[in-house]
Amino acid sequence: MLAISKRAWPTVGVPLVVAAAGLVLPPVVGRYWIQVLTAAAIYAVVALGLGILYGRVGLVSMGQIAILAVGGWTAVRLEQAFALPFPILLLATGLVTGAVGVLIGLPALRLSGLHLALVTLMLAAALAIVLTNAGFPNGGTGFLGHDPLRPGNVVLPRPAWAASDTAYYWCTLLVCALMFVLALAHLHGRPGRAWAAIRQSEPAATAAGVNVTLYKLLAFGLACFMTGVAGCLLAGSSGGLSVYQFAPQESISLLAVVLMAGMGSPWGAVLAGILMKVMPAVLDRIGVSSSFLLILFGAGLVQTMVMSPGGITGQLVHDLGRRSRRQRHAERPEVTPGPAQDSDGITASGKPVAGIRAGGDAHGGRPDGSGTVQPPAVSSRQEAQ
Amino acid sequence: MITLENLTVRFGGVISLDAVNATLPVGTVGLIGPNGAGKTTLLNVLSGFVKPDSGRVVAFDQELSGLSGHRRARWGIRRTFQTEQAIAGLSVYDNVAMVHEHTGGARRERRNAVGQALEFVGLSAQQSRAVGQLSAADRRFVELARAVVGRPRVVLLDEPAAGLPETETNRMGEAIRAVPQQFQALTVLVDHDMALVSSCCESALVLDFGRVIAFGATAEVLGDEHVRRAYLGAEDIE
Repeated sequence: MLAISKRAWPTVGVPLVVAAAGLVLPPVVGRYWIQVLTAAAIYAVVALGLGILYGRVGLVSMGQIAILAVGGWTAVRLEQAFALPFPILLLATGLVTGAVGVLIGLPALRLSGLHLALVTLMLAAALAIVLTNAGFPNGGTGFLGHDPLRPGNVVLPRPAWAASDTAYYWCTLLVCALMFVLALAHLHGRPGRAWAAIRQSEPAATAAGVNVTLYKLLAFGLACFMTGVAGCLLAGSSGGLSVYQFAPQESISLLAVVLMAGMGSPWGAVLAGILMKVMPAVLDRIGVSSSFLLILFGAGLVQTMVMSPGGITGQLVHDLGRRSRRQRHAERPEVTPGPAQDSDGITASGKPVAGIRAGGDAHGGRPDGSGTVQPPAVSSRQEAQ
Repeated sequence: MITLENLTVRFGGVISLDAVNATLPVGTVGLIGPNGAGKTTLLNVLSGFVKPDSGRVVAFDQELSGLSGHRRARWGIRRTFQTEQAIAGLSVYDNVAMVHEHTGGARRERRNAVGQALEFVGLSAQQSRAVGQLSAADRRFVELARAVVGRPRVVLLDEPAAGLPETETNRMGEAIRAVPQQFQALTVLVDHDMALVSSCCESALVLDFGRVIAFGATAEVLGDEHVRRAYLGAEDIE
């Protein structure tokens, strides 16, 4: 860990510390916290799906928690109907939920912004009503498989190799990591570039040959596939599935938390999962109602929108990067900054640059007035993080 | 060449294009006219964003009317926009490469094709920079590189030099003049800068209230009394 250079800390060191913490914690903490961390990992995947939709494509979905419920329902129903092995069940649940997501994405071809948000919120409300009346499959008869005489949460049977809470935590962490890899493969590939174009301007994306309809539906399909897999994991977690945990306001809270943590960023999604599930548990342990979080999230959202639109993780990466550049600059006093520099304007090689800031259009002119200035070699992917 | 046959576009009660007939020759064609004359609407029809109420477009013996916007891009129609639309979240290289990959360009040719386009606009040295860090002028050149990458057949440029200082406008003009020869693409230039149009275009088509009021060699068209009247008003001419 010590071998990580200062420059690499924002992009490598911090993620490694978080990953190590996730791996080291289970033997240290009790069963309760293992269950909390399991839920946090699951919600991180849900947040990642929402982050792709809104942060990368510009499609506001306020129904992702309802999609999580669809995933949970599908997983339980498929398990009861076919007794599929757990990995196959995860995949099948993801595919079914992804197909549902594509259907939900159809209105998105005509709607955007507030209208799409309202439609998806109404969808979440409708699904909540259906769930309240139909319940989760609990061994009853018929397609719905719900027996009203059997109250309580519905828990998906775990595979034998992940029967304990700790083993299920490892299993959840592995599956969630695979979902993150899947998302990153899309974001850094052809779909990611198409989504960036769509987010900027649909006509410009079309003029570049992007099939906007296809890639919007792909975004919904991918986000809902991942959320469906998360739903399957949630069904097998200790709490199981209850109709009360998928209220429409949960989708609103999720959107607020994802915005606050960092929209479209994988580490923002991780933080969103922690905020959604670990924070309530912490408050609960210190005797504060978890409803207090709604106030905290609201205040945090306002602060984020005003002070750091990139969210907490975006701000953190920016600040750590700036600190790292300052330190490097301090270590190389022989390099004299040019007249147009600001505190951020130092390249990786220690050369000063003019006005290089994230989204710094106002500073975006070509370096002038200094013969030493050169643009930094910043890749779009690094920027996008 | 591109043949426009009886193109009519209406937006409610407004006739944006009124039975436009013209055959745009290979080379660079200037598309000029006062504000609201229908220039951008014609570009939108050519690129498939607006469906004409009547008429058809035939380009290089291919009927385009049935092709959607992204299919026209794959066929070879590229365009820029009045408001610059380079993708701020991608690098210069990725901005150009994504056009190549989404218009059917082969992966093995991508690096060379993108390199050629970036060299053409003079941005080779900045290919790894994020577009959001570039100056407004360079972002316009990124757009031009996006329009010429691969094998474009038709390049539509909608006020590519809008808002640029004179030196950058001259640089843009040099690039536009080289497009037909270097990329073998029929180029249509919409601009209000008559000096730019004169220096880049062999022929010019003038629209006013959706109608073609002049079409021919650029020098002749710009000297036409009807054209000057449309731009300056009758009193000024007299």
